Amino acid sequence: MNFKHKFVFLFPGLFVLIGILIFPIIFTIRLSLSGWNSYTPEMNFIGITNYIRLFTDDPRFWESFFRLSFLSVTTVILQYIIGFALAMMVWRDIKFKRFFRVIFLIPMMTTPVIMTVIWRTFFHESLGPVNDLLGGLGVKPILWLSDPVIAKFTVIIVEVWQWTPFMFLLLLAGLLSLPKEPFLAAAIDGASPFRKFVYVTFPLMAPISIGAIIIRLIEASKIMDTVFVLTSGGPGTATETSSFYIYIKGLREFQMGYAATLSFTYLVIMIISLTIIAKVLTKLMIKE
Amino acid sequence: MTKLYTFLKYFFISFWTVFVVAPFLWAVSTSFKDFQSVNSKVTYIPWLDFEPTLEGWRVLIKSPAKGGVDIVEPYFNSIFVTCTASLISIVLGTLAAYALSRFTFKAGFVRNNDITFFFISQRIMPPIVLSIPFFIFLSTIGLLDSLLGLVVVYIVLLMPIAVWIMVDFFNRVPKELDETALIDGCNPYQAFYKVVLPNSIPGLIVAGMFCIIFGWIDFFFAFILTFTEVQLLPVKVVALNSSITPWWSLSASALVSVAPLIIVAFVVERYLSKGNLSGALK
Repeated sequence: MNFKHKFVFLFPGLFVLIGILIFPIIFTIRLSLSGWNSYTPEMNFIGITNYIRLFTDDPRFWESFFRLSFLSVTTVILQYIIGFALAMMVWRDIKFKRFFRVIFLIPMMTTPVIMTVIWRTFFHESLGPVNDLLGGLGVKPILWLSDPVIAKFTVIIVEVWQWTPFMFLLLLAGLLSLPKEPFLAAAIDGASPFRKFVYVTFPLMAPISIGAIIIRLIEASKIMDTVFVLTSGGPGTATETSSFYIYIKGLREFQMGYAATLSFTYLVIMIISLTIIAKVLTKLMIKE
Repeated sequence: MTKLYTFLKYFFISFWTVFVVAPFLWAVSTSFKDFQSVNSKVTYIPWLDFEPTLEGWRVLIKSPAKGGVDIVEPYFNSIFVTCTASLISIVLGTLAAYALSRFTFKAGFVRNNDITFFFISQRIMPPIVLSIPFFIFLSTIGLLDSLLGLVVVYIVLLMPIAVWIMVDFFNRVPKELDETALIDGCNPYQAFYKVVLPNSIPGLIVAGMFCIIFGWIDFFFAFILTFTEVQLLPVKVVALNSSITPWWSLSASALVSVAPLIIVAFVVERYLSKGNLSGALK
Protein backbone atom coordinates (compact mmCIF):
# COMPACT_ATOMS: atom_id res chain seq x y z
CA MET A 1 0.00 0.00 0.00
CA ASN A 2 1.11 3.50 -0.71
CA PHE A 3 3.62 4.87 1.74
CA LYS A 4 2.15 8.25 2.62
CA HIS A 5 -1.41 7.17 3.39
CA LYS A 6 -0.55 5.70 6.73
CA PHE A 7 0.59 9.08 8.01
CA VAL A 8 -2.67 10.70 6.94
CA PHE A 9 -4.45 8.26 9.26
CA LEU A 10 -2.06 8.46 12.18
CA PHE A 11 -0.97 12.07 12.32
CA PRO A 12 -4.17 13.98 13.11
CA GLY A 13 -4.69 12.11 16.37
CA LEU A 14 -1.02 11.95 17.26
CA PHE A 15 -0.39 15.62 16.64
CA VAL A 16 -3.51 16.81 18.41
CA LEU A 17 -2.48 14.80 21.47
CA ILE A 18 1.12 15.94 21.35
CA GLY A 19 0.01 19.49 20.58
CA ILE A 20 -2.17 19.63 23.66
CA LEU A 21 0.35 17.89 25.91
CA ILE A 22 3.67 19.32 24.85
CA PHE A 23 3.20 22.60 26.68
CA PRO A 24 2.05 21.09 29.99
CA ILE A 25 4.92 18.61 30.06
CA ILE A 26 7.71 21.04 29.20
CA PHE A 27 6.14 23.59 31.49
CA THR A 28 6.03 21.11 34.38
CA ILE A 29 9.69 20.20 33.94
CA ARG A 30 10.71 23.86 33.75
CA LEU A 31 8.48 24.77 36.69
CA SER A 32 10.03 22.00 38.77
CA LEU A 33 13.36 23.82 38.51
CA SER A 34 11.90 27.05 39.79
CA GLY A 35 10.98 28.37 43.19
CA TRP A 36 7.53 29.56 42.16
CA ASN A 37 5.42 30.06 45.28
CA SER A 38 2.99 32.63 46.60
CA TYR A 39 5.82 34.97 47.73
CA THR A 40 7.79 34.81 44.48
CA PRO A 41 5.31 33.91 41.76
CA GLU A 42 7.86 33.92 38.95
CA MET A 43 9.75 31.49 36.82
CA ASN A 44 13.21 31.90 38.37
CA PHE A 45 15.82 29.20 38.14
CA ILE A 46 16.94 27.44 41.30
CA GLY A 47 18.41 24.31 39.77
CA ILE A 48 17.66 21.04 41.42
CA THR A 49 16.99 22.52 44.86
CA ASN A 50 13.42 21.21 44.77
CA TYR A 51 14.57 17.73 43.91
CA ILE A 52 17.10 17.75 46.76
CA ARG A 53 14.33 18.84 49.11
CA LEU A 54 12.08 16.06 47.86
CA PHE A 55 14.65 13.31 48.25
CA THR A 56 16.14 14.41 51.56
CA ASP A 57 13.52 16.36 53.41
CA ASP A 58 9.99 15.34 52.56
CA PRO A 59 8.88 12.13 54.28
CA ARG A 60 5.25 13.18 53.82
CA PHE A 61 5.44 12.68 50.05
CA TRP A 62 6.96 9.23 50.38
CA GLU A 63 4.42 8.26 53.02
CA SER A 64 1.64 9.40 50.71
CA PHE A 65 3.23 7.42 47.91
CA PHE A 66 3.38 4.20 49.94
CA ARG A 67 -0.16 4.80 51.11
CA LEU A 68 -1.21 5.17 47.50
CA SER A 69 0.61 1.96 46.58
CA PHE A 70 -1.11 0.15 49.43
CA LEU A 71 -4.55 1.50 48.52
CA SER A 72 -4.31 0.89 44.81
CA VAL A 73 -2.76 -2.57 45.04
CA THR A 74 -5.29 -3.67 47.67
CA THR A 75 -8.28 -2.33 45.78
CA VAL A 76 -7.12 -3.80 42.47
CA ILE A 77 -6.51 -7.24 44.01
CA LEU A 78 -9.95 -7.16 45.63
CA GLN A 79 -11.54 -5.96 42.41
CA TYR A 80 -9.81 -8.70 40.45
CA ILE A 81 -10.92 -11.48 42.80
CA ILE A 82 -14.48 -10.23 43.17
CA GLY A 83 -14.76 -9.25 39.51
CA PHE A 84 -13.50 -12.65 38.37
CA ALA A 85 -15.87 -14.44 40.77
CA LEU A 86 -18.84 -12.40 39.58
CA ALA A 87 -17.91 -12.89 35.94
CA MET A 88 -17.61 -16.67 36.44
CA MET A 89 -21.03 -16.72 38.10
CA VAL A 90 -22.93 -14.94 35.35
CA TRP A 91 -20.81 -16.36 32.53
CA ARG A 92 -22.86 -19.51 32.01
CA ASP A 93 -26.59 -19.76 32.37
CA ILE A 94 -28.11 -18.79 35.64
CA LYS A 95 -31.55 -17.36 36.24
CA PHE A 96 -31.87 -13.63 35.50
CA LYS A 97 -28.37 -13.63 33.98
CA ARG A 98 -28.85 -10.40 32.08
CA PHE A 99 -30.47 -8.66 35.03
CA PHE A 100 -27.47 -9.42 37.25
CA ARG A 101 -25.03 -8.41 34.54
CA VAL A 102 -26.67 -4.98 34.32
CA ILE A 103 -26.72 -4.60 38.11
CA PHE A 104 -23.04 -5.52 38.36
CA LEU A 105 -22.15 -2.97 35.69
CA ILE A 106 -24.02 0.01 37.10
CA PRO A 107 -21.50 1.42 39.64
CA MET A 108 -18.85 2.15 37.01
CA MET A 109 -21.34 4.29 35.11
CA THR A 110 -21.84 6.61 38.06
CA THR A 111 -19.71 9.65 38.73
CA PRO A 112 -17.28 8.68 41.52
CA VAL A 113 -17.26 12.07 43.12
CA ILE A 114 -21.05 12.25 43.24
CA MET A 115 -21.46 8.73 44.56
CA THR A 116 -18.83 9.49 47.18
CA VAL A 117 -20.99 12.34 48.42
CA ILE A 118 -23.74 9.75 48.90
CA TRP A 119 -21.28 7.35 50.56
CA ARG A 120 -20.31 10.12 52.93
CA THR A 121 -23.87 10.37 54.18
CA PHE A 122 -24.06 6.56 54.12
CA PHE A 123 -21.08 6.21 56.45
CA HIS A 124 -21.98 9.26 58.53
CA GLU A 125 -21.06 8.31 62.04
CA SER A 126 -24.23 9.38 63.82
CA LEU A 127 -26.81 9.96 61.06
CA GLY A 128 -25.80 7.30 58.55
CA PRO A 129 -27.60 4.00 58.03
CA VAL A 130 -24.53 1.76 58.38
CA ASN A 131 -23.88 2.57 62.02
CA ASP A 132 -27.60 2.63 62.69
CA LEU A 133 -28.16 -0.87 61.29
CA LEU A 134 -25.03 -2.20 62.98
CA GLY A 135 -26.27 -0.57 66.18
CA GLY A 136 -29.46 -2.60 65.77
CA LEU A 137 -27.26 -5.70 65.88
CA GLY A 138 -25.59 -4.41 69.01
CA VAL A 139 -22.36 -3.21 67.39
CA LYS A 140 -20.86 -0.03 68.78
CA PRO A 141 -20.72 2.92 66.34
CA ILE A 142 -17.73 2.54 64.04
CA LEU A 143 -15.72 5.67 63.22
CA TRP A 144 -15.82 5.12 59.45
CA LEU A 145 -14.33 8.46 58.54
CA SER A 146 -12.49 9.73 61.58
CA ASP A 147 -10.40 6.75 62.62
CA PRO A 148 -7.07 6.73 60.78
CA VAL A 149 -7.10 2.97 60.15
CA ILE A 150 -10.78 2.48 59.43
CA ALA A 151 -10.88 5.49 57.09
CA LYS A 152 -8.47 3.66 54.78
CA PHE A 153 -10.84 0.72 54.63
CA THR A 154 -13.78 3.02 53.96
CA VAL A 155 -11.88 4.41 50.98
CA ILE A 156 -11.16 0.85 49.85
CA ILE A 157 -14.83 -0.15 50.19
CA VAL A 158 -15.95 2.80 48.08
CA GLU A 159 -13.26 2.19 45.45
CA VAL A 160 -14.14 -1.51 45.25
CA TRP A 161 -17.81 -0.64 44.85
CA GLN A 162 -17.03 1.87 42.14
CA TRP A 163 -14.55 -0.04 40.01
CA THR A 164 -15.14 -3.77 40.43
CA PRO A 165 -17.65 -3.48 37.55
CA PHE A 166 -14.86 -2.39 35.21
CA MET A 167 -12.83 -5.47 36.09
CA PHE A 168 -15.99 -7.55 35.83
CA LEU A 169 -16.72 -6.16 32.37
CA LEU A 170 -13.22 -6.80 30.99
CA LEU A 171 -13.09 -10.32 32.45
CA LEU A 172 -16.60 -11.28 31.38
CA ALA A 173 -15.94 -10.03 27.84
CA GLY A 174 -12.80 -12.18 27.92
CA LEU A 175 -14.63 -15.25 29.23
CA LEU A 176 -17.27 -14.90 26.53
CA SER A 177 -14.62 -14.85 23.82
CA LEU A 178 -12.80 -18.02 24.96
CA PRO A 179 -12.74 -20.93 22.49
CA LYS A 180 -15.04 -23.84 23.36
CA GLU A 181 -12.72 -26.76 22.53
CA PRO A 182 -10.55 -26.81 25.69
CA PHE A 183 -13.67 -26.94 27.85
CA LEU A 184 -15.10 -29.82 25.83
CA ALA A 185 -11.84 -31.69 26.16
CA ALA A 186 -11.84 -31.12 29.91
CA ALA A 187 -15.44 -32.29 30.15
CA ILE A 188 -14.59 -35.48 28.25
CA ASP A 189 -11.70 -36.12 30.63
CA GLY A 190 -14.17 -35.74 33.50
CA ALA A 191 -12.31 -32.88 35.15
CA SER A 192 -13.89 -31.45 38.32
CA PRO A 193 -15.03 -27.81 38.20
CA PHE A 194 -12.11 -26.85 40.39
CA ARG A 195 -9.53 -28.55 38.17
CA LYS A 196 -11.24 -27.11 35.11
CA PHE A 197 -10.80 -23.64 36.52
CA VAL A 198 -7.16 -24.15 37.49
CA TYR A 199 -6.02 -25.92 34.33
CA VAL A 200 -8.29 -24.51 31.63
CA THR A 201 -10.13 -21.30 32.46
CA PHE A 202 -7.45 -19.50 34.41
CA PRO A 203 -4.55 -20.09 31.98
CA LEU A 204 -6.75 -19.10 29.05
CA MET A 205 -7.72 -15.93 30.88
CA ALA A 206 -4.16 -15.01 31.86
CA PRO A 207 -3.44 -12.49 29.07
CA ILE A 208 -6.82 -10.81 29.57
CA SER A 209 -6.27 -10.76 33.33
CA ILE A 210 -2.92 -9.05 32.96
CA GLY A 211 -4.39 -6.42 30.67
CA ALA A 212 -7.28 -5.79 33.02
CA ILE A 213 -5.05 -5.57 36.11
CA ILE A 214 -2.64 -3.14 34.46
CA ILE A 215 -5.45 -0.90 33.22
CA ARG A 216 -7.04 -0.90 36.65
CA LEU A 217 -3.71 -0.18 38.35
CA ILE A 218 -3.19 2.80 36.07
CA GLU A 219 -6.64 4.13 36.89
CA ALA A 220 -6.44 3.27 40.59
CA SER A 221 -3.15 5.10 40.99
CA LYS A 222 -5.00 8.31 40.20
CA ILE A 223 -7.37 7.79 43.14
CA MET A 224 -8.28 11.31 44.12
CA ASP A 225 -11.98 12.09 43.78
CA THR A 226 -12.95 9.58 46.44
CA VAL A 227 -10.37 10.78 48.92
CA PHE A 228 -11.12 14.40 48.12
CA VAL A 229 -14.78 14.17 49.05
CA LEU A 230 -14.83 11.30 51.53
CA THR A 231 -12.05 12.23 53.92
CA SER A 232 -10.11 15.17 52.41
CA GLY A 233 -7.00 13.11 53.09
CA GLY A 234 -7.85 12.94 56.75
CA PRO A 235 -8.03 12.26 59.55
CA GLY A 236 -4.64 13.93 59.72
CA THR A 237 -2.86 12.53 56.71
CA ALA A 238 -4.26 9.00 57.12
CA THR A 239 -5.78 8.74 53.64
CA GLU A 240 -3.63 11.28 51.82
CA THR A 241 -2.47 9.90 48.46
CA SER A 242 0.23 11.32 46.19
CA SER A 243 -2.24 13.16 43.98
CA PHE A 244 -3.87 14.72 46.99
CA TYR A 245 -0.54 15.77 48.46
CA ILE A 246 0.48 17.37 45.15
CA TYR A 247 -2.88 19.14 45.14
CA ILE A 248 -2.29 20.51 48.63
CA LYS A 249 1.24 21.71 47.81
CA GLY A 250 0.30 23.16 44.45
CA LEU A 251 -3.16 24.60 44.71
CA ARG A 252 -3.65 25.15 48.42
CA GLU A 253 -0.17 26.28 49.51
CA PHE A 254 0.72 27.58 46.03
CA GLN A 255 4.20 26.08 46.06
CA MET A 256 3.86 25.59 42.32
CA GLY A 257 7.53 24.89 41.67
CA TYR A 258 7.73 22.24 44.33
CA ALA A 259 4.41 20.71 43.26
CA ALA A 260 5.79 20.40 39.72
CA THR A 261 8.83 18.61 41.14
CA LEU A 262 6.52 16.21 42.93
CA SER A 263 4.43 15.69 39.79
CA PHE A 264 7.40 14.96 37.59
CA THR A 265 9.02 12.59 40.08
CA TYR A 266 5.69 10.86 40.58
CA LEU A 267 5.22 10.37 36.84
CA VAL A 268 8.68 8.89 36.38
CA ILE A 269 8.18 6.49 39.29
CA MET A 270 4.75 5.45 38.00
CA ILE A 271 5.91 4.77 34.46
CA ILE A 272 8.88 2.71 35.67
CA SER A 273 6.93 0.76 38.27
CA LEU A 274 4.00 0.02 35.96
CA THR A 275 6.38 -1.29 33.32
CA ILE A 276 8.04 -3.54 35.89
CA ILE A 277 4.69 -4.74 37.24
CA ALA A 278 3.52 -5.56 33.71
CA LYS A 279 6.69 -7.58 33.06
CA VAL A 280 6.50 -9.44 36.39
CA LEU A 281 2.80 -10.25 35.99
CA THR A 282 3.40 -11.59 32.51
CA LYS A 283 6.16 -13.85 33.85
CA LEU A 284 4.06 -15.06 36.77
CA MET A 285 0.80 -15.71 34.98
CA ILE A 286 1.80 -16.98 31.57
CA LYS A 287 3.68 -20.23 31.85
CA GLU A 288 4.91 -21.64 28.61
CA MET B 1 -20.78 -30.37 47.08
CA THR B 2 -22.66 -29.04 44.08
CA LYS B 3 -25.49 -27.89 46.35
CA LEU B 4 -23.09 -26.05 48.62
CA TYR B 5 -21.51 -24.41 45.60
CA THR B 6 -24.90 -23.31 44.23
CA PHE B 7 -25.88 -21.97 47.63
CA LEU B 8 -22.64 -20.02 47.98
CA LYS B 9 -22.99 -18.70 44.46
CA TYR B 10 -26.47 -17.31 45.00
CA PHE B 11 -25.50 -16.03 48.42
CA PHE B 12 -22.58 -14.11 46.96
CA ILE B 13 -24.61 -12.78 44.04
CA SER B 14 -27.38 -11.59 46.36
CA PHE B 15 -24.87 -10.04 48.73
CA TRP B 16 -23.17 -8.14 45.92
CA THR B 17 -26.50 -7.02 44.46
CA VAL B 18 -27.53 -5.57 47.82
CA PHE B 19 -24.12 -3.88 48.15
CA VAL B 20 -24.44 -2.32 44.69
CA VAL B 21 -28.00 -1.14 45.18
CA ALA B 22 -27.77 0.03 48.81
CA PRO B 23 -26.36 3.55 48.23
CA PHE B 24 -28.97 4.18 45.54
CA LEU B 25 -31.84 3.12 47.80
CA TRP B 26 -30.43 5.30 50.55
CA ALA B 27 -30.17 8.24 48.16
CA VAL B 28 -33.73 7.77 46.90
CA SER B 29 -35.03 7.64 50.44
CA THR B 30 -32.95 10.63 51.55
CA SER B 31 -34.07 12.76 48.62
CA PHE B 32 -37.62 12.83 50.03
CA LYS B 33 -36.60 13.84 53.52
CA ASP B 34 -36.54 17.23 55.19
CA PHE B 35 -34.28 18.71 57.84
CA GLN B 36 -36.19 17.09 60.67
CA SER B 37 -36.10 13.54 59.32
CA VAL B 38 -32.42 13.71 58.44
CA ASN B 39 -31.12 15.19 61.66
CA SER B 40 -33.25 13.68 64.41
CA LYS B 41 -32.50 10.01 63.88
CA VAL B 42 -31.77 7.66 61.01
CA THR B 43 -34.92 7.04 58.97
CA TYR B 44 -35.47 4.72 56.03
CA ILE B 45 -38.98 4.18 54.74
CA PRO B 46 -41.20 7.10 53.68
CA TRP B 47 -44.57 7.44 55.42
CA LEU B 48 -43.56 4.76 57.93
CA ASP B 49 -40.42 6.44 59.29
CA PHE B 50 -40.88 9.98 58.07
CA GLU B 51 -43.26 12.21 56.13
CA PRO B 52 -41.89 12.48 52.56
CA THR B 53 -41.56 15.89 50.93
CA LEU B 54 -40.66 16.92 47.40
CA GLU B 55 -38.56 19.87 48.55
CA GLY B 56 -35.22 18.21 47.66
CA TRP B 57 -36.38 17.74 44.09
CA ARG B 58 -38.10 21.08 43.73
CA VAL B 59 -34.93 22.96 44.65
CA LEU B 60 -33.17 21.50 41.59
CA ILE B 61 -35.19 23.48 39.07
CA LYS B 62 -35.57 26.68 41.09
CA SER B 63 -33.39 29.61 40.09
CA PRO B 64 -30.51 30.36 42.49
CA ALA B 65 -32.07 33.73 43.27
CA LYS B 66 -34.93 31.94 45.01
CA GLY B 67 -32.62 29.66 46.96
CA GLY B 68 -32.54 26.88 44.37
CA VAL B 69 -29.48 25.10 43.00
CA ASP B 70 -30.41 25.19 39.31
CA ILE B 71 -28.63 22.16 37.89
CA VAL B 72 -30.21 22.51 34.44
CA GLU B 73 -27.43 24.60 32.96
CA PRO B 74 -24.58 22.49 34.40
CA TYR B 75 -26.43 19.48 33.06
CA PHE B 76 -26.37 20.77 29.51
CA ASN B 77 -22.78 21.94 29.91
CA SER B 78 -21.78 18.44 30.97
CA ILE B 79 -23.63 16.87 28.06
CA PHE B 80 -22.06 19.30 25.60
CA VAL B 81 -18.48 18.89 26.84
CA THR B 82 -18.72 15.10 27.13
CA CYS B 83 -20.28 14.58 23.71
CA THR B 84 -18.06 17.01 21.82
CA ALA B 85 -14.86 15.69 23.35
CA SER B 86 -15.98 12.08 22.83
CA LEU B 87 -16.82 12.72 19.21
CA ILE B 88 -13.48 14.38 18.43
CA SER B 89 -11.59 11.68 20.34
CA ILE B 90 -13.42 8.90 18.53
CA VAL B 91 -12.79 10.37 15.08
CA LEU B 92 -9.09 11.07 15.67
CA GLY B 93 -8.59 7.95 17.76
CA THR B 94 -10.21 5.67 15.20
CA LEU B 95 -8.08 7.04 12.37
CA ALA B 96 -4.91 6.62 14.42
CA ALA B 97 -5.95 3.16 15.59
CA TYR B 98 -6.57 2.11 11.99
CA ALA B 99 -3.12 3.29 11.00
CA LEU B 100 -1.54 1.47 13.96
CA SER B 101 -3.41 -1.71 13.18
CA ARG B 102 -2.82 -1.85 9.41
CA PHE B 103 0.50 -0.18 8.64
CA THR B 104 3.99 -0.62 9.97
CA PHE B 105 5.69 2.39 11.47
CA LYS B 106 9.39 2.61 12.04
CA ALA B 107 11.29 5.60 13.31
CA GLY B 108 14.52 4.84 15.11
CA PHE B 109 13.61 2.43 17.88
CA VAL B 110 9.93 3.41 17.79
CA ARG B 111 7.54 0.73 16.53
CA ASN B 112 3.76 0.47 16.32
CA ASN B 113 3.49 -0.88 19.85
CA ASP B 114 5.45 2.05 21.22
CA ILE B 115 3.15 4.53 19.53
CA THR B 116 0.11 2.68 20.87
CA PHE B 117 1.70 2.71 24.31
CA PHE B 118 2.35 6.43 23.97
CA PHE B 119 -1.35 7.01 23.41
CA ILE B 120 -2.48 4.77 26.25
CA SER B 121 0.18 5.97 28.68
CA GLN B 122 -1.48 9.38 28.79
CA ARG B 123 -3.94 7.79 31.19
CA ILE B 124 -1.12 7.33 33.72
CA MET B 125 -0.95 11.05 34.39
CA PRO B 126 -3.07 11.99 37.36
CA PRO B 127 -5.34 14.98 36.66
CA ILE B 128 -3.51 17.05 39.26
CA VAL B 129 -0.21 16.82 37.33
CA LEU B 130 -1.82 18.24 34.22
CA SER B 131 -4.19 20.65 35.85
CA ILE B 132 -1.60 23.24 36.96
CA PRO B 133 0.05 23.64 33.55
CA PHE B 134 -3.35 23.44 31.84
CA PHE B 135 -4.55 26.21 34.12
CA ILE B 136 -1.74 28.47 32.90
CA PHE B 137 -1.99 27.23 29.31
CA LEU B 138 -5.72 27.89 29.10
CA SER B 139 -5.49 31.29 30.77
CA THR B 140 -2.77 32.28 28.26
CA ILE B 141 -4.98 31.46 25.28
CA GLY B 142 -8.06 32.83 27.04
CA LEU B 143 -9.96 29.58 27.33
CA LEU B 144 -10.00 29.30 31.10
CA ASP B 145 -13.49 28.88 32.51
CA SER B 146 -14.97 28.09 29.09
CA LEU B 147 -16.61 25.07 27.53
CA LEU B 148 -14.11 24.97 24.69
CA GLY B 149 -11.19 24.86 27.10
CA LEU B 150 -12.68 21.86 28.84
CA VAL B 151 -13.26 20.10 25.53
CA VAL B 152 -9.56 20.51 24.69
CA VAL B 153 -8.56 19.02 28.03
CA TYR B 154 -11.05 16.16 27.80
CA ILE B 155 -9.65 15.11 24.43
CA VAL B 156 -6.44 14.19 26.27
CA LEU B 157 -8.49 12.13 28.68
CA LEU B 158 -10.58 10.35 26.10
CA MET B 159 -8.45 9.80 23.01
CA PRO B 160 -6.26 7.17 24.73
CA ILE B 161 -9.39 5.16 25.50
CA ALA B 162 -10.61 5.38 21.91
CA VAL B 163 -7.20 4.30 20.59
CA TRP B 164 -6.92 1.44 23.10
CA ILE B 165 -10.29 -0.06 22.19
CA MET B 166 -10.12 0.56 18.44
CA VAL B 167 -6.60 -0.84 17.89
CA ASP B 168 -7.70 -4.13 19.42
CA PHE B 169 -10.90 -4.04 17.47
CA PHE B 170 -9.26 -3.38 14.09
CA ASN B 171 -6.76 -6.14 14.79
CA ARG B 172 -9.76 -8.46 14.79
CA VAL B 173 -11.24 -7.17 11.52
CA PRO B 174 -9.74 -9.39 8.81
CA LYS B 175 -7.17 -7.67 6.62
CA GLU B 176 -8.61 -9.38 3.54
CA LEU B 177 -11.54 -6.98 3.83
CA ASP B 178 -9.43 -3.92 3.01
CA GLU B 179 -7.34 -5.82 0.50
CA THR B 180 -10.40 -6.90 -1.47
CA ALA B 181 -11.64 -3.32 -1.47
CA LEU B 182 -8.28 -2.09 -2.76
CA ILE B 183 -8.25 -4.66 -5.53
CA ASP B 184 -11.76 -3.57 -6.46
CA GLY B 185 -10.34 -0.13 -7.15
CA CYS B 186 -10.96 1.80 -3.95
CA ASN B 187 -8.24 4.11 -2.71
CA PRO B 188 -7.18 3.55 0.92
CA TYR B 189 -9.54 6.21 2.22
CA GLN B 190 -12.52 4.76 0.42
CA ALA B 191 -11.57 1.29 1.62
CA PHE B 192 -11.52 2.58 5.17
CA TYR B 193 -14.67 4.63 4.89
CA LYS B 194 -16.82 2.31 2.81
CA VAL B 195 -15.67 -1.14 3.90
CA VAL B 196 -13.83 -1.14 7.21
CA LEU B 197 -15.87 1.46 9.04
CA PRO B 198 -19.30 -0.12 8.44
CA ASN B 199 -17.87 -3.37 9.80
CA SER B 200 -16.60 -1.65 12.92
CA ILE B 201 -19.85 -0.28 14.28
CA PRO B 202 -19.80 -2.46 17.45
CA GLY B 203 -16.25 -1.36 18.25
CA LEU B 204 -17.15 2.26 17.62
CA ILE B 205 -20.17 2.02 19.90
CA VAL B 206 -18.14 0.45 22.70
CA ALA B 207 -15.36 3.02 22.31
CA GLY B 208 -17.98 5.77 22.23
CA MET B 209 -19.62 4.55 25.39
CA PHE B 210 -16.32 4.32 27.22
CA CYS B 211 -15.44 7.86 26.16
CA ILE B 212 -18.81 9.11 27.34
CA ILE B 213 -18.45 7.32 30.68
CA PHE B 214 -14.96 8.64 31.36
CA GLY B 215 -15.85 12.12 30.16
CA TRP B 216 -19.03 12.30 32.18
CA ILE B 217 -17.46 11.11 35.42
CA ASP B 218 -14.49 13.47 35.42
CA PHE B 219 -14.53 15.90 38.28
CA PHE B 220 -11.07 17.22 38.87
CA PHE B 221 -10.40 19.11 35.62
CA ALA B 222 -13.81 20.73 35.74
CA PHE B 223 -13.15 21.62 39.38
CA ILE B 224 -9.79 23.31 38.69
CA LEU B 225 -10.38 24.83 35.27
CA THR B 226 -13.82 26.40 35.66
CA PHE B 227 -15.24 28.80 38.21
CA THR B 228 -18.38 30.77 37.58
CA GLU B 229 -19.01 31.18 33.84
CA VAL B 230 -19.20 27.48 33.19
CA GLN B 231 -20.05 24.81 35.69
CA LEU B 232 -20.22 21.10 35.11
CA LEU B 233 -22.57 18.79 36.90
CA PRO B 234 -20.17 17.00 39.28
CA VAL B 235 -18.73 20.29 40.47
CA LYS B 236 -22.18 21.69 41.05
CA VAL B 237 -23.31 18.66 43.03
CA VAL B 238 -20.16 18.51 45.14
CA ALA B 239 -20.48 22.23 45.87
CA LEU B 240 -23.66 21.34 47.77
CA ASN B 241 -21.52 19.26 50.10
CA SER B 242 -20.68 22.26 52.27
CA SER B 243 -20.67 22.67 56.03
CA ILE B 244 -24.45 22.47 56.46
CA THR B 245 -25.25 19.85 53.89
CA PRO B 246 -28.80 19.72 52.53
CA TRP B 247 -28.79 15.93 52.23
CA TRP B 248 -32.14 15.88 50.46
CA SER B 249 -31.25 18.11 47.50
CA LEU B 250 -27.80 16.55 47.44
CA SER B 251 -29.31 13.10 47.02
CA ALA B 252 -31.83 14.28 44.48
CA SER B 253 -29.21 16.01 42.35
CA ALA B 254 -26.87 13.01 42.66
CA LEU B 255 -29.59 10.69 41.39
CA VAL B 256 -30.42 13.02 38.52
CA SER B 257 -26.78 13.23 37.49
CA VAL B 258 -26.04 9.51 37.52
CA ALA B 259 -29.33 8.52 35.86
CA PRO B 260 -28.44 9.03 32.16
CA LEU B 261 -25.37 6.83 32.27
CA ILE B 262 -27.23 3.96 33.88
CA ILE B 263 -28.88 3.55 30.48
CA VAL B 264 -25.36 2.95 29.17
CA ALA B 265 -25.16 -0.09 31.46
CA PHE B 266 -28.06 -1.64 29.57
CA VAL B 267 -26.45 -0.95 26.21
CA VAL B 268 -23.12 -2.40 27.34
CA GLU B 269 -24.88 -5.52 28.62
CA ARG B 270 -26.68 -5.93 25.29
CA TYR B 271 -23.40 -5.91 23.40
CA LEU B 272 -21.85 -8.20 25.96
CA SER B 273 -24.63 -10.76 25.60
CA LYS B 274 -24.48 -10.64 21.83
CA GLY B 275 -20.76 -11.30 22.03
CA ASN B 276 -19.80 -8.15 20.18
CA LEU B 277 -17.89 -6.71 23.06
CA SER B 278 -15.34 -9.45 23.48
CA GLY B 279 -13.44 -8.40 20.40
CA ALA B 280 -13.56 -4.77 21.32
CA LEU B 281 -12.28 -5.08 24.86
CA LYS B 282 -9.41 -7.49 24.86
